[in-house]
Amino acid sequence: MVFDVHRPRTTSRHVIAASLALFATAACARSTVSTSTGAIGPTPMGGVMSTMPPSPDPRIGLKAGRFDAGEAAWNIRLLSTNPSQGPFANSTNSDLAFLGNYAIQGNYDGYQVWDISNRAHPTLKVSNYCPASQSDVSVYKNLLFVSAEGNYGRIDCGAEPVKDTVSKERIRGIRIFDITDIAHPRNLANVQTCRGSHTHTVVVDPKDPANVYVYVSGSAPVRSPNELAGCSNANPEEDPNSAKFRIEVIKVPLAHPEQAAIVSSPRIFNDLAAPPTHGAATADIAELNAARARGAFIVNVFGQEMVLPPYIAKPILDSIAKARGDSGHVTGADSAALRPLVQGMVDKMIGPPGPKRGPTQCHDITVYPAIGLAGGACEGYGMLLDIRNPTAPVRLAAVSDSNFSYWHSATFNNDGTKILFSDEWGGGGQPKCRATDPRDWGADAIFTVEPDHSLKFQSYYKLPAPQTSEENCVAHNGSMIPIPGRDVMAQAWYQGGISVFDFTDAAHPKEIAFFDRGPVNAEHMAGGGSWSAYWYNGVIVSSEISRGLDVFELTPSGLLSQNEIAAAKTVHFDYQNTQGQPQFVWPASFALSRAYVDQLERSNGLSSSRISDVRQSLASAEGASAGQRRDALNKLASQLDGDTSASSDAAKVRLLATSVRELAAK
Amino acid sequence: MAALALTLLACAATRAAAQNVAQARAISQNEAAAMAKAKADSALHPYTNADVDFMTGMISHHAQAIVMARWAPTHGASASVQTLCSRIINAQRDEILLMQTWLRDRGKPVPDAVPRPMKMIMNGVEHEMLMPGMLTDEQMRQLDAARGNDFDRLFLTYMIQHHTGATKMVKDLFDTYGAAQDDLVFKFASDVNVDQTTEIARMQRMLAALVFGVEPK
Repeated sequence: MVFDVHRPRTTSRHVIAASLALFATAACARSTVSTSTGAIGPTPMGGVMSTMPPSPDPRIGLKAGRFDAGEAAWNIRLLSTNPSQGPFANSTNSDLAFLGNYAIQGNYDGYQVWDISNRAHPTLKVSNYCPASQSDVSVYKNLLFVSAEGNYGRIDCGAEPVKDTVSKERIRGIRIFDITDIAHPRNLANVQTCRGSHTHTVVVDPKDPANVYVYVSGSAPVRSPNELAGCSNANPEEDPNSAKFRIEVIKVPLAHPEQAAIVSSPRIFNDLAAPPTHGAATADIAELNAARARGAFIVNVFGQEMVLPPYIAKPILDSIAKARGDSGHVTGADSAALRPLVQGMVDKMIGPPGPKRGPTQCHDITVYPAIGLAGGACEGYGMLLDIRNPTAPVRLAAVSDSNFSYWHSATFNNDGTKILFSDEWGGGGQPKCRATDPRDWGADAIFTVEPDHSLKFQSYYKLPAPQTSEENCVAHNGSMIPIPGRDVMAQAWYQGGISVFDFTDAAHPKEIAFFDRGPVNAEHMAGGGSWSAYWYNGVIVSSEISRGLDVFELTPSGLLSQNEIAAAKTVHFDYQNTQGQPQFVWPASFALSRAYVDQLERSNGLSSSRISDVRQSLASAEGASAGQRRDALNKLASQLDGDTSASSDAAKVRLLATSVRELAAK
Repeated sequence: MAALALTLLACAATRAAAQNVAQARAISQNEAAAMAKAKADSALHPYTNADVDFMTGMISHHAQAIVMARWAPTHGASASVQTLCSRIINAQRDEILLMQTWLRDRGKPVPDAVPRPMKMIMNGVEHEMLMPGMLTDEQMRQLDAARGNDFDRLFLTYMIQHHTGATKMVKDLFDTYGAAQDDLVFKFASDVNVDQTTEIARMQRMLAALVFGVEPK
């Protein structure tokens, strides 16, 4: 198939959908023109710049098509779309990692490396055909890690599927490539795991420069012990080596990555359902003992002793008496007959006894080594983990939520005071953003991380625009955007497109930009949409499942100023694995200080006359000679110190004063 | 969009209408393209009879879960059981469409979403067999007759049984030579396994809370 013409704009004519899309494109173009003149400098923001989302929402009614779909964009601009090539053209694109100017895009048939130096015209540097789902990718220095989960992945990267249920040809686990020469990857090692690798997370321990670690999350069924020795599908009380209820930690010695191997299998879910806090209370124990003394039936429910309520016990006893031919008269013998059976009856109804172990696996773990924490999205729970010892993560907190179907991924805000979990309700293949789907299902849940490391629920965020039944849509992968002083995230919603939102106020998340296309196919569900949308060194890169690699830039609006975008672009990384969350540190710059000024204007944290004075001071300092600039900036910083006490947004004024002082010292 | 969704819902409400949609789809050119793509895919990752049986059998299995869940509002289910039922209906209805599409794209017979035993030929004789975990007619009658608390308790007990059967179907599939190579089948079966395992744990907690008045944490 040839994809030479791949980005026709919405110029279709005959349907309402197309005219809506056309309106959207036009509206977007207008706002771009009106805002792009707001260059860095003392240009007042607000006023001319809209803070209102377009109405009606232009995402509704977009024309369908794989490469000619209608598009709607607000405060974001698509710079390029790069369809997958060759054998990848019709297989599923998955997650992304970044190394220098390269975006590495996983695909169910291997991975592709795009050189995105020219973001309007990325070029395909190399592709490596090596089939396995999901081909989740991560990098560290000269190493590339690729997840293999599906049954068809072969150790030799061949196309012929592995049909035997037990085979030495199969890879389910982590492939490790040496990409010192990225154009000629070399397969160094394959680490096999019992459940394969659905996703994985590279953990860089700041205290351990000789090794990196890989947390493996595999949610598929456990493979046969005949294929990989020691794999057990039994429950841990039946087999302590059960491959369920644990994660795998691979240690990769950087001097000898070919020796990478599993070093631990932490059971981070153990005793997740410990007895309730009041279970240990003396009164409860006394009550249980009293019940035991009077002959009540005591049963073990999830590791906790409980009294079988009489309304359950009585009909059973009655039926035993009746079977004896003596209805209505339950004797001690009847009770004695029931006693050995009662636990089995409860087990049959509720589940086997023994310790509650919680989930059997995580879907994804996001580590944030700079603060020593990780967020685990693990089936029915969201977890906070202490990862200061990376081979022995310790669970600090676990939350569940009846609105959450499947905890899928986690993202911290930059200062680690909030954590956002996504719910991949429907597994990503289903249309869960229809107007009829509840707003708190298949959404993000935002929690604050309290000082005692408990997690406190604040709000849900779900893509605000309803999608059609032909679009698979649910919360999926995203990353923080380094907007200083704010918590802003870009997130993929499969065929719901990309949503950029601000959750600085954790209780009131708010969308500030979006991009969306119409369905891949108008008549039936054809899998597609954005798998991941990640900010990397100034752009948002999206892996589109069926359409290729998209590159975007944010455009200024009343909700995000040119200065804030410019400050975000000053944060640079040499590589990025989004699930190994990097900490943003903003170098001093005029853009950074101006971004804070813009935010103080937006929050009315300083009077409008002070805002324009500060902008004027920054502008004249920028134009001054080095010595004069330093003096002017130090003077401004001192004045701002004085503004703090009267400001309703004192914290932001302090951030501004610090940034100006650092700028003076630069 | 809202109008479109309502239209689709209305379609789903009557099976006859849904069949019309299905027939219209079957003859569309897009469908031919989808079939061509499915054929191209399956040249690489071929499906087996076990995959077809799994997708076919799971339609009936899901259909029974939907029948059970639809009773919640009329049988006096508690708010939390009603919410659970809404989720089961929403999830499994979408998954039935996925399975029907998968079968249709591969030119296989597409069963309607009604609970019924699978016809299995064993030793040359045709048997009717319920898929693992499916409720017997007697169990269905019992559930249909229950109201309020009794309905909640029976529903949770039987849905745990039903979901446990689905996870067994996945295990059987993965234990079969050549099966679950197809990306969609692998992903769908893995999803059924984790989603329903997660939901079993949730229902066990709900049931324990219902029976004992306390939810073990």
